[in-house]
Amino acid sequence: MFRTDHTTRRTRDSIPTRRSRGVAALAVAASLALLAAGCTGSHGSTAEDDPKAKTTLTLWHGWSAPAEVKAIEDNVKRFEDKYPNITVKTVKNMTDAKIQQALRAGGSQAPDVVASFTTDSVGKFCDTGALVDLGPFLKKAKIDAAKVFHRPLLEYTRFEGNQCALPLLNDAYGLYYNKDEFKKAGIAAPPKTWSEFEQVARKLTRHRGAGYEQLGFMPNYHGYETTSMHYAAQWSPTYFDADGKSKVAEDPAFARMMLFQKRLVDALGGYAKLEKYRNTFGDEWGAEHPFHTGRVAMQLDGEWRLGMAEDAGVDFEIGTAPLPVADELAADYGMGYLSGTIMGIAATSKKQNAAWELVKYMTTDTAAVVAFANGIRNIPSTIEALNSPDLRFDPRFRTFVDIAKHPKSNTTPAQVDGGAYQVTLQDLGYRYESGKVKDLQAGLAETARQIDVDIEKQK
Amino acid sequence: MTRTTRITRTATYTLRSKRRRSALRTVAFLSPWLIGFGVFFAYPLISTIYFSFMKYDGFRPPVPNGLENWTYVFTEYRLFWPALQNTLWLVVVMVGCRVVFGLGVGLLVIRIKSGGRVFRTLFYLPHLAPPVAATLAFVFLLNPGTGPVNSVLETLGLPAPGWFTDPDWSRPALTVLALWGIGDLMVIFMAALLDVPKEQYEAAELDGASAFGKFRHITLPHISPIVLFAVVTGVIQTMQYYTQPLVAGKVASGIIGGSGQQFEPGYPENSTVTLPQLVYDIGFQRFDYGAAAVVALVLFALSMLFTALLMRRRSGLLGPGD
Repeated sequence: MFRTDHTTRRTRDSIPTRRSRGVAALAVAASLALLAAGCTGSHGSTAEDDPKAKTTLTLWHGWSAPAEVKAIEDNVKRFEDKYPNITVKTVKNMTDAKIQQALRAGGSQAPDVVASFTTDSVGKFCDTGALVDLGPFLKKAKIDAAKVFHRPLLEYTRFEGNQCALPLLNDAYGLYYNKDEFKKAGIAAPPKTWSEFEQVARKLTRHRGAGYEQLGFMPNYHGYETTSMHYAAQWSPTYFDADGKSKVAEDPAFARMMLFQKRLVDALGGYAKLEKYRNTFGDEWGAEHPFHTGRVAMQLDGEWRLGMAEDAGVDFEIGTAPLPVADELAADYGMGYLSGTIMGIAATSKKQNAAWELVKYMTTDTAAVVAFANGIRNIPSTIEALNSPDLRFDPRFRTFVDIAKHPKSNTTPAQVDGGAYQVTLQDLGYRYESGKVKDLQAGLAETARQIDVDIEKQK
Repeated sequence: MTRTTRITRTATYTLRSKRRRSALRTVAFLSPWLIGFGVFFAYPLISTIYFSFMKYDGFRPPVPNGLENWTYVFTEYRLFWPALQNTLWLVVVMVGCRVVFGLGVGLLVIRIKSGGRVFRTLFYLPHLAPPVAATLAFVFLLNPGTGPVNSVLETLGLPAPGWFTDPDWSRPALTVLALWGIGDLMVIFMAALLDVPKEQYEAAELDGASAFGKFRHITLPHISPIVLFAVVTGVIQTMQYYTQPLVAGKVASGIIGGSGQQFEPGYPENSTVTLPQLVYDIGFQRFDYGAAAVVALVLFALSMLFTALLMRRRSGLLGPGD
C-alpha cells in the first residue's frame, strides 16, 4: 500500500503541466540571468582622478606583528606628511585569499592599494588585470624600472610584459652557521661549493643511537626553507623557455640539484632517519627553531633569521654566508634566491592616480624604502636603497644585502597558474628524496608535462 | 441562461477562488523554505553546473569551454584520484568505526552504575574541542619523534608508527582523531538505547537469550533508524572533511606558512588530501573555478549516491511504523 501510494503520487507529480513547465523555465531563466549578472565581475578601472584632490586611500597589507605594523604605519605617516591631500587608511593582517576576494569583488570597502607577501599570485593578477598595469604610470613619472630594481625583482612583479606590481622590500636566502661548532670541528670558513658543503655537513653531524646529537644540516625538502626552488637557485635554473614551456626536464640544473640533494640526504643518515629527526623540531617561527637550539649547525634561511635568532637569545656566535653554488658555477658564488613583498593598485579602485602616488613613494622613494627596510629588518628593494649609507644593519646582515645585489641572484618567475608549477616540482622532489621515484629524468619529464598541461589549462 | 446554470457557475467560481486562496496560503507558508531552498541549494547547484562548463578565473567573465574542465579533472589533475580514493576510504572506514565505537561507548556508559555522569561528560567533552585545536593536540601527541604516545609504545617494545608522517598511517591517525571526538554520536545512541523497552529484555532473559542474542534481536532492531541516521550524517560529514587533514598535514609537514613556501594539501604523499580540499586548492590557489566546480559536483554526486544507497536499505532497517 505504502509503495502503491508513493508510485501513484510520483506518477501524478511526474507529469508536468503547462503551468509547471512555464514556472520551471522561468526559474531556470532567472537563475541564468542572475548568474550572468552576478558572476561576471566588471572592473571599472579609471585613472582619471586628480591626485592633488583631497582623498582617502585604503591600503591592505599582510603584516601583523606590532613592530612590523608600526613600521608600515610610520612609512604611511611619512607619505601623508609629504602628500597632505591624501589620507591612507591601512588594514593589517590581510591574507592573499582575502586580497584575491577583494580584487574580484571591489566595492566601497575594497582596497585601492594592496601589498602581498607572496609573489605567486602576480602572474594571475597581471594576466587578468586585477592589478592595473603600472607601465603607463612609470612612463608618466619618467621612471625606468630596469634602472631602479634588479632584474629578478622585476621578474616576479610582471607577467608577459605587464608590470602590474612593484617590489616593496626584498627577501634574500643564504646560509646561517654556528661559528662555535665550525671552530670546534676545525672548519675555517663557510663552504662555497656544494661538494665542500657536503663535507662540512658530514663533519658537523654527530650521531646518537638511532638519531642525532647534532645534525650538520637538514637537507629534506620539508626542512622549513630547504625547498626545491631555494636549492635550485644555486644551479642558475631556467624554469620556462621563450614559448612559456617548462624546462625542468631540459635544463640540467634541476636534475643536478635533485641528484645533489638526494646524495646529501643519503650521506647524512638517509631519508627515514632525517624525517624522524625533523619531527622533533620546533616551530620555524618560534624560539625552539633547531638552529637556535643547536640541534642543526647550518640552516638555509632568509635574512629574517638573524633577528629571530638573536631575539631567541642563542648562546653561540652566528655566522652568515651566501649559500654554496654548484661546483661548475664556483665563479658565481655569492648569488642566491630572491623573493619579497609586492605592491599594486586594484583595478577596481576609482583613485588610481592617487594610489600611484602611494605606490611610487613606498616602492621607489629611496628615503622611504630605506626607512621601511630599517623598520622591518628586510632587504631594501631598489638599487639605490641597497647602496644607501642610511641603511642600519648588523654587519652579518650585509651578506643578504650582497646576495640581493649579486647579478646572478635569481627567482621563480611569475606564472599564470600562480605557484602551482613550483608545487608540482616540489612534489617530484618529495617523491625522489624518499626513494619513491627511481628514474629522475623520467620524473622530470613527467613533471614538465604536468606543468605544461596545468598552465595550458589556465591560459 | 437558466437559474440552475447560473448557480452552478457561481459555485464553480467560488470553488476556484477558494482553491486559489488555499494555494496562495500554502505557498505563503512554504515561502521561507522555498526562498532558502532557492538561495542556498538550487541557485548554487545551477551555478556550479553552469561554471563546470566555463573557463572562469573569478576576474574575467566566464567563457564556455565545453568539457575541458571535466576532462582536465578526470585525466590530468594529479590530485583528483588520490583525493577521491582518500575520501572513499574515510567514508567507509572512518564512518564505520565512528558508528561502531559510538554505539559501543553508548552501551558502555548506560551500563555504568556509579559515576555514569562523569563518564558521559568525559566522553562528550572532546566533541566540544574546536577541530583545529583538537588536530594540533593530536599531531603533538602522535608526533613520531617527541609524542608521548610513541614514547609509551617504544617503552613497551611495540612498534611506533609514523602516524601523521607515514602515508600508511595518516588516514588511521585521522580515524583515531575522529573516534576521540565521538561525543555527539554517543549521546544520540544513549538516547536510543534508553528507549528500548525493558520488558523485551526481561522476556528474552526468561527464554535464556545470551547478551549478544539480546543485542542482535532486540537492541539492534529498535535502534536501527538511529544507526541509519548516524551512517547517513556521518557519510555527509566525511564528504565535507576539510579542516583536520589540512591542519594535520600542514603541521606535520613543517610548512605552516612563510615567504616562498608553497603548501599543497595531502602531506604525506597525498595521503590526507580530500575532495573538499581540492575545491579550495584548485579554485582559490590556481584560480580555476571551472575545474573546482567539477570537483564540487563529483562530491555532490557521491553524497547523493551514498545517501540514496543507504536510503534504499531503509525498508530493511526500519519497521513499517518508522
